[in-house]
Amino acid sequence: MTIRHVRSLAAFGAVLAAGVAGTSQASAKDLTLCWAAWDPANALVELSKDFEAKSGVKMKFEFVPWPNFADRMLNELNSGGKLCDLMIGDSQWIGGAAENGQYVKLNDFFDKEGIKMDDFIPATVVGYAEWPKNSPNYWALPAFGDVIGWSYRKDWFARPELQTEFKKKYGRDLAVPKTFAELKDIAEFFQKREIDGKTVYGAGIYTERGSEGITMGAMDVLYSFGFQYENPDKPYELDGFVNSAKAVQGLEFYKQLYDCCTPPGHSDAYMSEDIDAYKSGQVALHMNFAFTWPGINADANVGGDKSGYFPNPAGPDGVAFAQLGGQGISVVSASEKKDDALAYIKWFAQPEVQQKWWQMGGYSALRKVVEDPGFATSQPYAQTFLDSMAIVKDFWAEPAYASLLQATQKRFHDYVVAGQGSAQDALDGLAKDWTQIFDDEGKY
Amino acid sequence: MLHSPVDRVAEATPHAIAKRFRGLSDRSLAWLFVAPSIVLLLAVNIFPLIWTIRLSFTNFRVNRPNAEVEFVGLKNYISILSDKDIWLTMQATAHFLIWTLVLQVLIGFSLAYLINKKFRGNDLWTTIIVLPMMLSPAVVGNFWTFLYQPQIGLFNYAIGFLTGADPSSFSMIGDVALAPWAIVIVDTWMWTPFVMLICLAGLRSIPDSIYEAAECDRASKWRQFWTITIPLVLPFLMLAVLFRGIENFKMFDLVVQLTGGGPGSITELTSINLKREAFEKWRTGYASAYAVILFVTVFGLASIYVKALNKVKER
Repeated sequence: MTIRHVRSLAAFGAVLAAGVAGTSQASAKDLTLCWAAWDPANALVELSKDFEAKSGVKMKFEFVPWPNFADRMLNELNSGGKLCDLMIGDSQWIGGAAENGQYVKLNDFFDKEGIKMDDFIPATVVGYAEWPKNSPNYWALPAFGDVIGWSYRKDWFARPELQTEFKKKYGRDLAVPKTFAELKDIAEFFQKREIDGKTVYGAGIYTERGSEGITMGAMDVLYSFGFQYENPDKPYELDGFVNSAKAVQGLEFYKQLYDCCTPPGHSDAYMSEDIDAYKSGQVALHMNFAFTWPGINADANVGGDKSGYFPNPAGPDGVAFAQLGGQGISVVSASEKKDDALAYIKWFAQPEVQQKWWQMGGYSALRKVVEDPGFATSQPYAQTFLDSMAIVKDFWAEPAYASLLQATQKRFHDYVVAGQGSAQDALDGLAKDWTQIFDDEGKY
Repeated sequence: MLHSPVDRVAEATPHAIAKRFRGLSDRSLAWLFVAPSIVLLLAVNIFPLIWTIRLSFTNFRVNRPNAEVEFVGLKNYISILSDKDIWLTMQATAHFLIWTLVLQVLIGFSLAYLINKKFRGNDLWTTIIVLPMMLSPAVVGNFWTFLYQPQIGLFNYAIGFLTGADPSSFSMIGDVALAPWAIVIVDTWMWTPFVMLICLAGLRSIPDSIYEAAECDRASKWRQFWTITIPLVLPFLMLAVLFRGIENFKMFDLVVQLTGGGPGSITELTSINLKREAFEKWRTGYASAYAVILFVTVFGLASIYVKALNKVKER
């Protein structure tokens, strides 16, 4: 090899090394945030441009549609994948992600940066950030407050002829229901009714089988009827609570609602099917997570004054609860860019960013935003959001949540949609399934 | 002078390499050539199979990296085989498998018999008929959910038009009685062309001289069909049944898109159930045992079937 060859080789090596260094520098200056593919995610892309401008870090996004979100992202976490630096994961993942070391514990970071959990809506802190629940161990920053509530056709409710007919039949005004029994009356009233030459139906409710749909829907009713996950005095004691007489009544009610008042073919409906049914003018009212409300409000067919919003009505005992949705933002342990990821969370936690987040369609969980005197009137659905967030309950967030959820999906769908067995059978079976799962987890 | 390509390759091979291989026997050379394929096969098929069998005797969960993995013996197998819900998924799979095979064989063979006749537009019709099998099962599943939609679905409209029933009065994928048939109809629509093509190959392989001889013997068309056509096409038909049987035993994507296993669990086939255990509940050891049971079942049935197929071919 001649001197000339050695020189050219050295020059080539230097160029290559510079290229590699450049590449690694570029890759260190980007962050990937993983979340579900839905409207709020698009708002977050816009919001994050501010972070990009201030930090010089390029944001990348990996959004997966809801039905596949858990499958895809839990695969990523379980395999120790490095795709996501930041994860806006579902609230129920927190137990497993914390215990299996998939999320970074944020206590020290919060202390250092002066981020206080007292500044966030308490239910979102418990639901999205804490594990074990009700302990000061934080694995996420509450990122997106969400809860199930109802939207209804205010313009149909206001029609004099319908008002008159309803009053004659039920002896009260056609108005926002105060109880689930009233809600069912309204749904029955609208079922197969001709409105503007079109057949419409009562209510869109969650019935989806594959992921979590029917559980999220039925639990709203069950909570308000008196269902409890466990003995409040003895954790993991389920019999008599999961399958109590009141819980059975609640599940029976949900089936009645499905049988009497849903549109044809509503046997596998979740967020998108329900919103489609509502926006296309098929149903008079529908249950859905609050994230859908900005879209409804802006919709050309049903938006503005045509729609109203209300929280879950009460059960037979006068109490009302709502299923918590929403997520916290966490740093993935397998990420090699934890410092930049933490910088993103620090930026996101700022009150002015949270305020902008709400304005762009994201539901901020920061109290300073939601307790602002102007918040409740800032959007037609803002008060309903606040009322609903005040009555939330959440599904198990245990590491075994996926098994608990799948057992619930099967038991509820078998009874509500397939009509197999009774509500008592379904809940007795569910108590048995859950007991077995907790037994396998060594809880007894 | 070099005569053959082999001679030319031998001449072109560098001396050092040629010297290294000179002492090898034909058998050693053969092993040398197949070794990469065997290594690949071991890495991609055999190792995962052995690993799965090993995991099936443990309580391993892939989402619990810190948990201790315990040997549980036959517990997973006993638990699966005594689970009533798993037997229900087996029943659902059997219903799907039997009816799709029966319908696809009957319709596929009939279509092949018709297409085999010479008529105008024969090639065009063949192309049109085979179109469904060229689509992705996930796409087919997805668009059939629209066809089955009670309010706007063409299928419901057609049934309503033919029977006078209200199209929105029934839901093919939301009704416990109809959903198992809904998935059978879609699979039959999609895969009958495959059976047809194989039968067509069988029909076209029958020499005309056999039929001419039968004509000379004054055999009726009916007799020709039963004594010539069916016996000679049978090996092809059995091959099609084998392919479709194995495929439908593993059916997943099409049914997931159509019904998600519902309503309730009425169309939850074994592969859907297995996926839920493995990747939703993350019971890796249990799911491995489940996969081994399914593998042994399909492998055992297929082996018996292949023996029968060979006997038919030998006749």
